[in-house]
Amino acid sequence: MEHKHIISVLVLHKPGVLQRISGLFTRRWFNISSMTVGSTENPDVARMTIVVQGDDTVLEQVVKQLNKLVEVVKVTDLNSKKSVQRELCLVKVYAPTEDSKSQVIQYANIFRGKIIDLSTETLTVEITGDEQKVNAFLDLVRPMGIKEIARTGLTALMRGSKILKSNKA
Amino acid sequence: MKGAEAMMKALEAENVKVLFGYPGGQLLPFYDALYQSDFLHILTRHEQAAAHAADGYARASGDVGVCVATSGPGATNLVTGVATAHADSSPVVALTGQVPTKLIGNDAFQEIDALGIFMPITKHNFQIQKTSEIPKIFRKAFEIAKTGRPGAVHVDLPKDVQDDDLDLEKYPIPAEINLQGYKPTKFGHPLQIKKAAELMKIAQRPVIIAGGGVQIANATPELIKLSEYAQIPVCTTLMGKGVFPEEHPLSLGMVGMHGTQASNYSVYESDVLIAIGCRFSDRITGDLSSFAPNTKVIHIDIDPAEIGKNVGVDIPIVGDAKAILKDILIHLMKKEMVNKTEWMENVKKLQKKSMPVMEFDNTPIKPQKVIKEMMAALREVDPGLTNTVLTTDVGQNQMWMAHYFQTSAPKSFLSSGGQGTMGFGFPAAIGAKFARPDANVIAVTGDGGFLMNSQELATIAEYEIPVIVVIFDNRTLGMVYQWQNLYYGKRQCAVHLGETPDFIKLAESYGIGALRVEKPEDINEAFKTALNSGKPYLLDIIIDPSEALHMVPPGGNMTNILFPDRQEPTPKAQCFSEMKKILSPKV
Ligand SMILES: Cc1ncc(C[n+]2csc(CCOP(=O)(O)OP(=O)(O)O)c2C)c(N)n1
Repeated sequence: MEHKHIISVLVLHKPGVLQRISGLFTRRWFNISSMTVGSTENPDVARMTIVVQGDDTVLEQVVKQLNKLVEVVKVTDLNSKKSVQRELCLVKVYAPTEDSKSQVIQYANIFRGKIIDLSTETLTVEITGDEQKVNAFLDLVRPMGIKEIARTGLTALMRGSKILKSNKA
Repeated sequence: MKGAEAMMKALEAENVKVLFGYPGGQLLPFYDALYQSDFLHILTRHEQAAAHAADGYARASGDVGVCVATSGPGATNLVTGVATAHADSSPVVALTGQVPTKLIGNDAFQEIDALGIFMPITKHNFQIQKTSEIPKIFRKAFEIAKTGRPGAVHVDLPKDVQDDDLDLEKYPIPAEINLQGYKPTKFGHPLQIKKAAELMKIAQRPVIIAGGGVQIANATPELIKLSEYAQIPVCTTLMGKGVFPEEHPLSLGMVGMHGTQASNYSVYESDVLIAIGCRFSDRITGDLSSFAPNTKVIHIDIDPAEIGKNVGVDIPIVGDAKAILKDILIHLMKKEMVNKTEWMENVKKLQKKSMPVMEFDNTPIKPQKVIKEMMAALREVDPGLTNTVLTTDVGQNQMWMAHYFQTSAPKSFLSSGGQGTMGFGFPAAIGAKFARPDANVIAVTGDGGFLMNSQELATIAEYEIPVIVVIFDNRTLGMVYQWQNLYYGKRQCAVHLGETPDFIKLAESYGIGALRVEKPEDINEAFKTALNSGKPYLLDIIIDPSEALHMVPPGGNMTNILFPDRQEPTPKAQCFSEMKKILSPKV
């Protein structure tokens, strides 16, 4: 059965690693929904959160092929673990009137979003949450007119005190 | 010392003895350091051949083979050879020159993104950015190439990195290296091993498929022991050819698209299939839904990603084939096996059906006859055929050899499997000769494939490398024309090689002894002459161009073996007249 998998990958923080990983996905026709990269508590290690679409066999191959890369330190399928997931989305909404502006502000409040920019015609909202929450907010403001969206893609961590050790041994 | 000198020290520390390469501007410091070293450097006449030679060396010895090429076009010429080595898990370290670091990214003369180009066709690759990184990166490159599932590793060497000074005391060559994200598994999981042994005990119709992994792990003694003790017949993949003696009563021969009936039917009918160091490529399985439909699969491989990739597996065991087979044997020896008389009889029947016919008196000569005579001549100097290394090229010549040449020693049949690279055979034989200087090294090739790297005649002539080249000369791209006949309504397109060149004159122009053989009764003598010459030699054997191979169509059911009719090649005449009009417009 096809579904989305969230994979957390610890990689050595080096130039070229991103190319190696994205090249692997291209070559093997793995379907990436999103990919985020950033530094971690360990300056030598970066964390990538990759959302892949596919069945379980695809997921197994993704994990195994990632593990083969020399610079990949640890790969975990977060679907099998309890995890927290967040995405950041910036959305510029068309709101030329006072009414429409207050409407957006109200929606943003309900979704715990923040207004981070304002112009005569638009409002820009920052919203974080899991995918569904971000999607729900976007659905809400879409009728008003979305001018532009920037989404980061999901980033995620295991829930609780467990951590991914950055040592494979 | 200079960076390049440190590189020599690093190569020495890795026990490298011979390098195959081709110099260029961005490698001048490297070659200058080489001048002052004791390394043997073989100047091939094309970088692709350097990579194949390093690969041949690696396959025949099990040690790392090293090739070198300059930046830009030198690096790209290496690509085919490196990809070929990597596809067959051959440990090759490829070194390329690069423009000085301050020019990288500026499209300098002969600059190319070698790091990017080699990335998808190697196990790993490096670009050395500072001279101080040389000792560690060289160590890592060799370690990665030869451990776990071996493969190709590329190292890009900017010119200034070769030139700058390095204090080796401050940055010594590490003896041990810790690669954080790289820890190959050697020993199999004990529980899985136990389960596998249990299954082998109760199996009524078991078959082993032995692949290249058995070769790499040097697991032949354990494989023979397992097969004999548990009475399990063995078929091999192309890469596994040699890991199980083919004259052994439990040998089924090659499996897959061009496999024997014995192998393909046994696999189909098996109830337990034990795959060892084989990646179940499409050339082995054909249509996956009809591949070994009623079998339980035990898959042993050092690369976890190979397990379950193509074929569903019941008992996966990750680790080194030798270690795992040893452990399985310990479990097996404790108990009795299920009686397999019926299966053994069935296997024997199949083996009889697959017995190759090799005695032909026809002219033009049949390839089977060439191989028969080749074996006979070789047996006179090497009775067990254990001191002979064969390389093949790609095409019908390769498959005929895979079928009819009986191999009984591991690492003695070298062929490009994963990539099927034409042009591989001849240069690979050059490398193999350096790995096994005492062995008879023979490159069997088609006329098409030979022409792809025939310039290496210059290399074997210059260094007097006693490699024998045997051309199965059918003046066609045989394998392709066979497929066109079979699947494209006999429309033969772009497969006729015509009558040129005269291979004898070609060899002689390089100062190499050569014989043309056109009659079956002359083959044996020709081989003897070549073998006894102790020099580079070329045999141009004119074979029957209509001889076709049996095969299973791509993606087909492996028991539907097709025995095609012979087909004469028929050049498309009109093509030539059109060409003449274009090339000499006045006519
Ligand atoms: C570099 C490369 N180009 C093209 C092919 C496709 N190909 C496979 S077999 C073959 C024909 C080989 O002809 P020849 O070398 O004369 O050998 P024969 O089949 O006649 O023994 C070709 C063109 C290939 N495998 N490798």
